[in-house]
Amino acid sequence: MTFLKVENLKVYYPVRGGFFRRVIDHVKAVDDITFELKEGETYGLVGESGCGKTTTGRTIIGLNRPTAGKIFFNDIELTKLKRRDFYQYRKDIQMIFQDPYSSLNPRKRVLDIIAEPIRNFEKLSPNEEKTKVMDVLEKVGLSPESIYKYPHEFSGGQRQRIGIARALTLNPKLIIADEPVSALDVSVQAQVLNFMKDIQKEFNLTYLFISHDLGIIRHMCDRIGIMYRGRLVEEGTKDEIFEYPQHIYTKRLLSSIPQMNPEERIQHTAFRRKVNEEFKNNYDKYFDAEGKIFDLKPISETHSVALP
Amino acid sequence: MTKQPLLQIKNLTTSFRIHDEYYAAVDNVSLNVNENEVLAIVGESGCGKSALALSIMRLHNELNTKLEGEVNFKGQNLLTLSTAEMNRYRGNEMGMIFQDPLTALNPLMRIGQQIEEAMKNHLNLSDAEMKARSLELLKKVGIPNPERTYLQFPHELSGGMRQRVVIAIAIACEPKFLIADEPTTALDVTIQAQILDLMRELQKQMKTGIILITHDLGVVAEMADRVAVMYAGEIVEIADVYTLFSNPLHPYTRSLFNSIPSAAEGSDRLHVIQGIVPSLKNLPRTGCRFASRIPWIKESAHEINPTLHEVEKNHWVRCTCYQDFHFPDDTEAVKYDIS
Amino acid sequence: MLKFIIRRSLIAIPQLFLLSVLIFLLAQAMPGDALSGKFINSPNLDPAYQSELRDKLGLNDPWHEQYVRWIGNLVQGELGMSYVHNVKVETMLESRIANTFWLGLATLILTYLIAVPLGVIAGRLPDTNMDKFIVTYSYVSFSIPIFVFALIMLYIFGFTLDWFPTGGSVDVRTEPGSWDWYVSKLHHLLLPALSSALLATTSTIQYLRNEIIDTKLKDFVKTARAKGTPERKVYTRHIFRNSLLPVAAFLGYDIVYILSGSIFIEQIFSYPGLGQLFVDSIQQRDFAVVNVLVMLFGVLSILGTLLSDIILSIVDPRIRID
Repeated sequence: MTFLKVENLKVYYPVRGGFFRRVIDHVKAVDDITFELKEGETYGLVGESGCGKTTTGRTIIGLNRPTAGKIFFNDIELTKLKRRDFYQYRKDIQMIFQDPYSSLNPRKRVLDIIAEPIRNFEKLSPNEEKTKVMDVLEKVGLSPESIYKYPHEFSGGQRQRIGIARALTLNPKLIIADEPVSALDVSVQAQVLNFMKDIQKEFNLTYLFISHDLGIIRHMCDRIGIMYRGRLVEEGTKDEIFEYPQHIYTKRLLSSIPQMNPEERIQHTAFRRKVNEEFKNNYDKYFDAEGKIFDLKPISETHSVALP
Repeated sequence: MTKQPLLQIKNLTTSFRIHDEYYAAVDNVSLNVNENEVLAIVGESGCGKSALALSIMRLHNELNTKLEGEVNFKGQNLLTLSTAEMNRYRGNEMGMIFQDPLTALNPLMRIGQQIEEAMKNHLNLSDAEMKARSLELLKKVGIPNPERTYLQFPHELSGGMRQRVVIAIAIACEPKFLIADEPTTALDVTIQAQILDLMRELQKQMKTGIILITHDLGVVAEMADRVAVMYAGEIVEIADVYTLFSNPLHPYTRSLFNSIPSAAEGSDRLHVIQGIVPSLKNLPRTGCRFASRIPWIKESAHEINPTLHEVEKNHWVRCTCYQDFHFPDDTEAVKYDIS
Repeated sequence: MLKFIIRRSLIAIPQLFLLSVLIFLLAQAMPGDALSGKFINSPNLDPAYQSELRDKLGLNDPWHEQYVRWIGNLVQGELGMSYVHNVKVETMLESRIANTFWLGLATLILTYLIAVPLGVIAGRLPDTNMDKFIVTYSYVSFSIPIFVFALIMLYIFGFTLDWFPTGGSVDVRTEPGSWDWYVSKLHHLLLPALSSALLATTSTIQYLRNEIIDTKLKDFVKTARAKGTPERKVYTRHIFRNSLLPVAAFLGYDIVYILSGSIFIEQIFSYPGLGQLFVDSIQQRDFAVVNVLVMLFGVLSILGTLLSDIILSIVDPRIRID
């Protein structure tokens, strides 16, 4: 049984033009990607803005419609389900958003924010609901008395924890975290990341961790998929990706990370230049005649690269 | 070796008015920047680094800001100048690069016009000369098709290209001094790398003195010659970049390093700095400002009026608490509830 | 651009169709019909003759047949007959359209002449006494009903001070086309236009003020200052231009607002325009005229919003319509 399987997923957006605004082309936000998540692991989806990583996450949770492809969750094909049946599985898949400032309704109390998913899925008396909310708040390390406060009374890190508490209320199995710490300062970021690791152990959560920050991805993830222009260019374990990158795009991405050692900056810049040159000069080696990325091919049991 | 620094900041205090009272966001900061030197100012949001950057060029809102101290540029105290006199320096001998290239350009003006505006203010050039120079600048910052970009509007360019234009504007009059306020924060990593490479190249060519404001220690390691770490409006540590990265001393600097999930090494847990950054209104104004965030360090370790100490040549650290600082052990972590 | 205009016009067709059905049904639902107004003046008329007349004119047909006939004529430019005045509707509109046009234009110009400087001052110097005064004015003007204000203006400047005429669109003693005639026209226009304009300024002032305050904080304004651009130019070149943008886009809506205001204004100042005709026609149950006028207002509203979109696309390079 596979926990989550994404099979040949495509998400296209129509481009309209001409007098009658007919569809003349498609933006291929996600263009035929396949990957799997095992229960309890953290899978990192990395790439630069516009590479399709966010669209992928949103499609799994049902916020976007797939153009083609299948998504299986515990062997149930989500993409085939009717809206009402899909609803049931929404309980098990929750999302944490990037911006803790805009993803919480400023006019709602913490109680109402966190109870919202409960109200959607379960019928509880106001008292039961309150107890449950106070429980989750405690789990995320906020005092249970804060249920009557409003989002603006919390710091950025605390707000992100409220967002996580909301995602946790229904005891989900899979959490899709879309850049959960990008809006936070490093020290606050550390707090949220530690916390995410703790609750993962405690509740046996599986994470699909979407980020552009390779440092965070390396810290958090077991396996990593690198996305570029809507396709996966490389997939492997953390070590495979960071130690033995195969695709030129992966190398380019890795060489772009600022080196934390000022002594090595000259070598690092030279290395970066070399990689960029290879990217330019050996373009046809990594991309097909139309500039498209090849399909992933396994080079070991866990490591796949998009090479011909 | 008593060469005058290019920019000398002396006891600068920048206060903002909140409900009829002034609160210092930058508190008694002194700094020097030499010609051909990149000084990075690092800190988290609210530490006063951006307020400091705006104060140097006096770009803050004059209605609710008070500046005290001196900002001497080539011997001239900028804080005593009238706005008109200040405008002779802005964009001419001093340039500024902003964080978000999306908003830093006027959406209604063509790229060419925006670059030439700086030249119009300071140089006496004909239209043709200005255009030639703009095209040259665009080429210099790595824009592939200058003729085309010259006539484009900002929204027609990608983020990386826009940031190149912002740089072109900043260096249009070949300034001696630049302030770069989080120049790559809004950009993707590969673009960030390109922009950093470009800035370093231009800096070497033009021998510019640069103040680089950033929260990203990786950017610091790639760019800076010297580093100043700011916390709660004060400089807590200042040293050359090699010293600071190999031997950080102030508890805040050390905590900052330990909280970064570094791409190079993988430790399981990140260090979390206890508590939260105090808001401007609630900044501790006496004693060691970082004391409340390291409560397991005994009170006597802190100075009553912390000053900067030169612990080795050109390596300054504020307060004496660095001598007794250690990261919390398990019992301390439990006691002080550090998650 | 042309494509956009054509597409927008095509979208307007179903809108206008729905509007026409609605008007027609409403007119039908009102007590009386096109002839009642005429008959009010002759109560001794034989009821048998009345119904015969109705039959002849098709007023007893089912509503949809009447509607099809009416809309068919309308499309062919046949606006119908006013049974009350026994003249063609076109004839009744002719002179009044020009009057309303000039009144509207004067109102619009005055509105901007008042609103733009006030908005700019308030936005540039927020929280000063000047700003507070301007904001207060804009709120007060927003809350006064136009007919109350117009009556007060008429009383003070028309009757008490006698600076302006109190009715009509021109002094009938002047020779049409002569200099005096134009001056008299303008003289008659001024008070109604000013009354309307003083109240129409609210949205422009508030919008402009807020836009300027917002724009002042934008990064590109900092960029401009960092270039050493003199303060005066920072305002003219960067702040005002960007702030006027959304205001320019309101032009179309302002036209609609002023048009609807003209209904009261013209009535109060006895100004022979479309608004006055509209009210008179309703009172006299002159449905042929009412229906045409509502359609006309509808077309103008749609044109107004179209105009807004076009202006915006011209002044803002980010908006491209094709």
